[in-house]
Amino acid sequence: MGEATETFYGVIRRQGITRRSFHKFCSLTATSLGLGSLAASQIANALETKPRVPVIWMHGLECTCCSESFIRSAHPLFKDVVLSMISLDYDAPIMAAAGHQAEAILEETRAKYKGQYVLAVEGNPPLNEGGMFCIDGGKPFVEKLRAMAEDSMAIIAWGTCASWGCVQAAKPNPTQATPIDKVITNKPIIKVPGCPPIAEVMTALVTFITTFGKLPELDRQGRPKMFYSQRIHDKCYRRPHFDAGQFVEEWDDESARQGYCLYKMGCKGPTTYNACSAVRWNDGVSFPIQSGHGCFGCSEDGFWDKGSFYDRLTTIKQFGIEANADQIGMAAAGAVGLAVAAHAAITAAKRLTGKRGRVAQEE
Amino acid sequence: MDKSPQALTATVAVDPVRSASSERGVVYVYEAPVRLWHWINAAAILVLGLSGYFIGNGIPTIPGKTGDNFLFGYIRFVHFIAGYVLTLGFLLRIYWAVVGNPHAKQIFYVPIWRKSYWREVWHEIRWYAFVAAEPKKYAAHNPLAQLAMFFMFTLATAFMIVTGFALYAQGTGNDSWQYRLFGWVFSIRPNSQDVRTGHHLGLWMIVTFALIHIYTAVREDIVSRQSIVSSIIFGEREFRD
Repeated sequence: MGEATETFYGVIRRQGITRRSFHKFCSLTATSLGLGSLAASQIANALETKPRVPVIWMHGLECTCCSESFIRSAHPLFKDVVLSMISLDYDAPIMAAAGHQAEAILEETRAKYKGQYVLAVEGNPPLNEGGMFCIDGGKPFVEKLRAMAEDSMAIIAWGTCASWGCVQAAKPNPTQATPIDKVITNKPIIKVPGCPPIAEVMTALVTFITTFGKLPELDRQGRPKMFYSQRIHDKCYRRPHFDAGQFVEEWDDESARQGYCLYKMGCKGPTTYNACSAVRWNDGVSFPIQSGHGCFGCSEDGFWDKGSFYDRLTTIKQFGIEANADQIGMAAAGAVGLAVAAHAAITAAKRLTGKRGRVAQEE
Repeated sequence: MDKSPQALTATVAVDPVRSASSERGVVYVYEAPVRLWHWINAAAILVLGLSGYFIGNGIPTIPGKTGDNFLFGYIRFVHFIAGYVLTLGFLLRIYWAVVGNPHAKQIFYVPIWRKSYWREVWHEIRWYAFVAAEPKKYAAHNPLAQLAMFFMFTLATAFMIVTGFALYAQGTGNDSWQYRLFGWVFSIRPNSQDVRTGHHLGLWMIVTFALIHIYTAVREDIVSRQSIVSSIIFGEREFRD
């Protein structure tokens, strides 16, 4: 187990990195967090004096795409985060220790850094059958999660699994997979949704916590405001086509070749809070819309259950048939329209016969 | 004295002096602010419904340079303006329900506690089902109309205002007053796609309401021997027999 009390600066110097490079890193991080020029020296100071934050990284029901994303971070580099900035004391897929050795680290961290370590959770616990659908170290994952959460400082809910439930919680959710904030209610939880979250968002968040020793400002849903306060739509480079009314109608039409807005192809950019259109992916190379495909809305609650990814209007299943709001609305309005017409016809017929009756009586 | 619209109506209908003195009874029902509101509100709903349908489904692609066009932006702009008109109108209408005449309160409640109310609703259902031979006379809305007004118009409009401003807040941002006032909608439905679906269903609820509303108004004007359509223009209800 690494010595968690060592500072970031101590580690980085030991690795043969020059002080100049260290300051370069601080400037870059300050820039990517949008903090301004003074913050670079604050970051440097913090990393020189503060002990590294111990992090326990646990995996529940998940696909490890969050970890896959995390290790591809460019600013800062994943290796800098894991080997230098934080003291990543437990992360089953990438740690050297295994079996009882690995499990011992959990107990040790709990005892030694009570209330000081950050618990990062990838995936979520299934609650059905006493949590038996996810066994980790011989115990249901939910028990392990509850135990480690008890003494943690804060919890990072990595990805849509931990934040909202994701695919394993999609209907009918047979294992009763449950997002972290529904299981742990007495700790601050930061949701970092996305399937997976953007690598730079993940590492920048870790950098923020280690630098300032506190959690970033969160929005109503518990997501860090600095990355989740705007929709894909708000910063989309295709937005001018949306405002102009220029839409792709089919995947291979002229509009698609022109790179028009994918609104009518079911793009969920207007309802999705994430940083893709600003930060982009793979060191800023691209993001789905730039590659010509609409946004899935993967960082939103229950995105698997909102019908086809290619529909503008969500199908509504509560009516027993799959129909969208327009189909249901038109059917209802049509039925009422027919009823009105029939009612009017009967009214007219009754008036006519009534008049005839009266005329006959008078005669 | 019971000041409820029904009670007033009853007095009107059976007042022997009135019917003796003149063949035609006339009651002042819709005060000027209510009439003005009704027509502004109707216009706002028409604009909102049309622009909203296009916003929900998109429009056929506009040819030409992107920089020269802003049609979808204008459609959304018109939707937002009409939304503000509808909302301000609705708030002023609530104010008028407080200070206006008893009829002005009618669309904001259903007297579910009153047994006679349900009896009269039943009578109206029978009248519309061609079972009852004669309609009862009411100065303002009949009990069945009041029920429909409350659920299909008043509640539906309130729902549209709340969800509409919540969705609008997504554009104005998390620091806007719209988000502070209506952001709670996303605590109930975190995925705003659900809110959009609900808002869209609301459109069809109001379309359905408009169909019934216009049909029954015209029909009662002809069949029930009382003025309906001219009442919301000139304010007075005339009983023609």
